Amino acid sequence: MHGALFVAKTGLTAQDTQLKVISNNLANVSTVGFKKDRAVFEDLLYQIKRQPGADSAQGTQLPSGLQLGNGVRVVGTQKLFQEGDMQVTDEAFDVAINGLGFFQVSMPNGEIGYTRNGQFHLNSDNELVTTEGYLIEPAVTLPDETQTFTIGVDGTVTAVVAGSATPVAITQLELAGFVNPAGLQAIGQNLFIETAASGAPEVAAPGDAGTGILRQGMLEGSNVNSVEELVNMITTQRAYEINSKVISTADEMLSYVSQQL
Amino acid sequence: MDKVIFVAMSGARENMLAQQTHANNLANVSTTGFKTDLAQARAMQVFGEGLPTRVYAMTERPATDTTTGTFIQTGRALDVAVDGGGWLAVIGSDGQEAYTKSGELQLNAANQLVTGSGLPVMGNGGIPISIPDAEQIEIGSDGTITIRSVGDTAAELAVVDRLKMVQLDEQSIFKGLDGLMHVDGNAAQPADLDLKLRSGYLESSNVNAVNELTSIISLARQFEMNIKMMKTAEENSSAATKILQLS
Repeated sequence: MHGALFVAKTGLTAQDTQLKVISNNLANVSTVGFKKDRAVFEDLLYQIKRQPGADSAQGTQLPSGLQLGNGVRVVGTQKLFQEGDMQVTDEAFDVAINGLGFFQVSMPNGEIGYTRNGQFHLNSDNELVTTEGYLIEPAVTLPDETQTFTIGVDGTVTAVVAGSATPVAITQLELAGFVNPAGLQAIGQNLFIETAASGAPEVAAPGDAGTGILRQGMLEGSNVNSVEELVNMITTQRAYEINSKVISTADEMLSYVSQQL
Repeated sequence: MDKVIFVAMSGARENMLAQQTHANNLANVSTTGFKTDLAQARAMQVFGEGLPTRVYAMTERPATDTTTGTFIQTGRALDVAVDGGGWLAVIGSDGQEAYTKSGELQLNAANQLVTGSGLPVMGNGGIPISIPDAEQIEIGSDGTITIRSVGDTAAELAVVDRLKMVQLDEQSIFKGLDGLMHVDGNAAQPADLDLKLRSGYLESSNVNAVNELTSIISLARQFEMNIKMMKTAEENSSAATKILQLS
């Protein structure tokens, strides 16, 4: 039929994906520890219709030939790991990471998940868990009758128990770092899992090996910039319209043929 | 039947090919670093006996428009846009050095610096850049990559490599089938040390949507005129048949 129809179709598909990415970013504009995505576009392969430099006759050559592009494709989405704004909550169970590391969470299937969301809670066994109820790794169990507990910048957890003035050291939290955080696989619930692209996690105490330090009583906000997303949405919408215009033009051309001939 | 129908047919067919070039440009209106492809038609004479009237059309892609797109601020340290018409050197999937404007760089698990589509980025020394584990990576305006290694203090910065940027001669470059720019003969170009880049920015596609849409409309009308010529040829032919009919 008409090559332009299929080329413009790839354009529509790509803009569709882009809009989906943008809407997901905007939906998570106030999700704690959320990292925005970005769709990466690439031009699809080119086809040689007439080879440049081929002989058009003996001794003469086609100077430029004809190579037709086949549209656009979404290579993938890139997670952008810029840090979000810090929000002071003054809640003892809120912990923010100032740096590149991730908290480790043991998921129900036994694997380790990674998160930037530091909204922790206590379960009935006095263990520190995420909002989903997953245990954090290494496990932190507070003693009974804990009055206050403190998480230091280096991850040491201490608690003051009723009837004693000296704080008890409980454990030290650990953070995981990755060579290529953008290669982590997001699985929802603010969790990421390790992939071949991200590399193996390097577990270290907060403050060591570039994992960043901990801040109790703070949360890291989403790193989505709503103005930027809205501007992207406008360009996406216009690009979508233009590509659908190409389809309607190609359609008109074909319908003209079938009417006239 | 008059051969005009074949001339008109070739015009219509070539219009459709040119249409595809413009549709491809528009599909890539938001592809980072994309360069507009141009399309032109050329007259191909096929003179036989009688009057020289057989001139067919042929659509060509004579060149790619390499003007710089708009710089979009992203704030990401590994996003780079080359200023002043320079290009980033990468290693194409065929193992040859190729050139691109698409600066959405990232690190892969093997610590290599790669483009958004996973092609290794070339360093000034002629080998692909790899960056050791780092807490902070900065790309300077001359392409120098400075890192603060894991566990090091801010006083112990290390220069790892320098992005290879080249200036290409418009006369000898062409867009390959992979969408990257290649130089005639695939010769690796020398690095231009005077080129500057901006970290935290990306170069947008240089497709002018209005221009492309206008071309598409104009080609569509041209196509219709060619179809009209085919229709006229058909009418002529049926009129001639009528004259010769024995009623």
